Amino acid sequence: MDTSVEAAADTSAQLRPERGEPGPDGRPEGAGRQDIGRQDAGRRQAGRLYLAIAQGAFRRYSTYRAATVAGAVTNTVFGFILAYTFLALWQARPGLGGYDSVQAVTYIWISQSLLVTVAVWGGGFQDEVQERFRTGDIAIDLYRPVDFQGWWLATDLGRAAFHLFARGVLPTLAGALAFSLTLPADPLVWAVFLLAVLLAVVVSFGLRFLVSLTGFWLHDSEGIRAVMLVVAMFFSGMLLPIGLFPGWLGELAHVLPWAALIQIPTDILLERRSGFAVLTGLGFQLLWAVLLLAAGRAAQLLATRKVVVQGG
Amino acid sequence: MTLIELQDVRRSFTIRTKAGRLRREKREVHAVDGLTFGIDAGECVGYIGPNGAGKSTTIKMLTGILVPSSGRLRVAGVDPARERARLARRIGVVFGQRTTLWWDLPLRDSYELARRIYRIPDARYRANLDRCVELLDLGGLLDTPVRQLSLGQRMRGDLAAALLHDPQVLYLDEPTIGLDVVSKARVREFLREVNTDQGTTVLLTTHDLVDIEQLCGRVMVIDHGRVVYDGSLDGLHAAGQSERTLVVDLAEAGPAIEVAGARVVRVEGPRQWLAFPAEESAAPIVAAVADRYPLVDLSVREPAIEDVIARMYAEVAIG
Ligand SMILES: Nc1ncnc2c1ncn2[C@@H]1O[C@H](COP(=O)(O)OP(=O)(O)O)[C@@H](O)[C@H]1O
Ligand SMILES: [Mg+2]
Repeated sequence: MDTSVEAAADTSAQLRPERGEPGPDGRPEGAGRQDIGRQDAGRRQAGRLYLAIAQGAFRRYSTYRAATVAGAVTNTVFGFILAYTFLALWQARPGLGGYDSVQAVTYIWISQSLLVTVAVWGGGFQDEVQERFRTGDIAIDLYRPVDFQGWWLATDLGRAAFHLFARGVLPTLAGALAFSLTLPADPLVWAVFLLAVLLAVVVSFGLRFLVSLTGFWLHDSEGIRAVMLVVAMFFSGMLLPIGLFPGWLGELAHVLPWAALIQIPTDILLERRSGFAVLTGLGFQLLWAVLLLAAGRAAQLLATRKVVVQGG
Repeated sequence: MTLIELQDVRRSFTIRTKAGRLRREKREVHAVDGLTFGIDAGECVGYIGPNGAGKSTTIKMLTGILVPSSGRLRVAGVDPARERARLARRIGVVFGQRTTLWWDLPLRDSYELARRIYRIPDARYRANLDRCVELLDLGGLLDTPVRQLSLGQRMRGDLAAALLHDPQVLYLDEPTIGLDVVSKARVREFLREVNTDQGTTVLLTTHDLVDIEQLCGRVMVIDHGRVVYDGSLDGLHAAGQSERTLVVDLAEAGPAIEVAGARVVRVEGPRQWLAFPAEESAAPIVAAVADRYPLVDLSVREPAIEDVIARMYAEVAIG
C-alpha cells in the first residue's frame, strides 16, 4: 500500500482546512512523513476493512435461508447415494486405493460437506463479478480505493465461513448418524483440518479469480467456467479419491492445484496424512495459493491497464 | 482557485468492426477532442450535450479510471490516472446507472464499509451520516436491503455514500435519469445544500435542463468532444433563442389565447400550448392568462437540450 495515501487519510481531521490547498506537488501537508507507527495503524485499518468486507459477505449469504437449507439437504441426499455406491464398490474391491470401507464412506461425507465451501463447482464471488461485468459496474470497482483482488478474496472467505457451517454441519451429522464414520478424536487434527480448508478456499479463489478476470477480454466467460467445473470435479477428488486414478493420471492429479481443494483436507481429517505428510500437504496448498494469487495479481494489473488505457 | 484544470485534453478510442468475413476495420473515435477549461472550488457546473458528446468520457478521465490520449489534466493538483487511489479519497462520484452499494445488504452496511474504506473518523462519520439521512430522507431505509429500494431511493442512497468522506469535488453522471418527480426534487435540493453550505464543487451531467436551472450558475455544452458553449443558462437560452412552453388547461375549449410575450403553438380542446423566450419569467404570462381566461391548471416545460443546441448551431451558422 502506498504509505502516503495512508498518511493523508490518517490526517483526515485536517482535511477541511486543507481543502483545495494541496502542497506544490499536490501532496497534502505531512504526507511525506512515513513513520512506522503510521504504517502499523494503516495496516490495522486495512485489516479492519477486509474483516468488514468478509463479515458483510457472511451476513449476505446468511440472508438466503431457503436456498441454504435446500442446498444442505441436497448435499445430504447425494451423500447417501454416493455412500451406498461406495459401500457396494468397496464390498467388491476391499481396500481399494488404500482406503477401507469406513474410510471410503467418511471420505464421501466429508467431501460433500466441503463441496460448496471450497466452491468446487465455481460460484460465490464469481457470480457477483459476472453480474458486474454484465451491468458494467465492474468499471467503478476499479475506481474504488480498495484492492480489487483483496476485496473479492475477503468476500469469498466470508462466504466460505458461512458455507462451512451452513452446508457442512448437516451432511456431516447425517452421515455420522446413518453410517459408521471414522472421525479423529484429537482436536489438533481438527484444527489442522480447518487450516487445510482455509488454504483450500484460497486456492479455489485463486483459480476462480483467474477465470473471472477473463471477462475483461472475453465477452462471456461462461464457457471457461463450464470447462473448469468438469476439470475441478474430476481433479479435486470429488468423484473418486485421486489415489484411485491409474498410473500417470494419478500422478498428474496429485500435482495439479485441484488436489488442494478436497483431497488434501479430507486425507488430513482421515489421518491418512500424519506427521511430516501433513506438512507437505499444507505446503503444497500454500504453494499453489501463492502462485495463483500472484498470477491473479498480474492478470489484474493487465486488466486495469486495459480498462484505464484502452477504455475497457 | 482552480480545482479542476484541463488543457487540450483529448481521448480517442479504437473501435474494431467486422467488415466482411475476415477483414476487420479499425476506426478512431475522438470522444474528447481538445478540452480546455477550469473549474473553481465551490462552483456548480452543468455539463450537458447530446448523447455521445463525450460527457461520460470526461468524467471517467477526471476520476482517473481512464487516461487521456493527450493533454494535461489536474484535479486538486493531482494527475487523476496516476494517483487514482489518492484522488478517490478527495472526490465523490455517482454514476446514475451504476451503484456502489452492497446489493443484498441493508443500506447501512454500505455506509459502514465506506467508513472503513475512506477511514472516516467516528465523529465526522456520524455527523455526515446524520446530515445525509435527514436531507435525503433515508431514515426509514437504512435497514432495507439495497435490492429492495426503488431507483429513486437507491440514487439517494448512492449520493449519501459518495459524500460521507467529505469529498472536495462531486461528479455526477446523469444522477436524475429515470427518477420520479419527487426523488428528482429531493436530489436537487440535496445537491444545492452540498454545494452552497458545504462548499463542495459539483460537476453534473444531465439531460434535464431543470437540474441546471435550479443548481448550476454555469453551464458547459459539449458536442463531438468540444466545448461549444460556456456561460450562464440564460446566456445559452439567449444564444439559442430557445423557448419554454406554458401548457394551460382551460375550463372549456375556446379560441387561441391572445397574450403579450407568448404565442400559441398548439391547441387541443381545452388545452393550449404557449411558447415564450426561455430567459423570460413565466409569471407575468400566467397572471395575464389567469386574469382573462378560465384557467384550471398549468405547467411549464423546459426546452429539450437537443433543441437548444440545434438552435444554437443554426444561430451560429446564420449569424
Ligand atoms: N470504452 C469505449 N470504447 C469505445 N468507444 C467509446 C468508449 N467509451 C466511449 N466511447 C465512444 O466515445 C463517444 C463519447 O461517449 P460518452 O463519453 O459516453 O458520451 P456521453 O456520455 O456524452 O453520452 C461515443 O461515440 C462513444 O461511443
Ligand atoms: Mg454518458
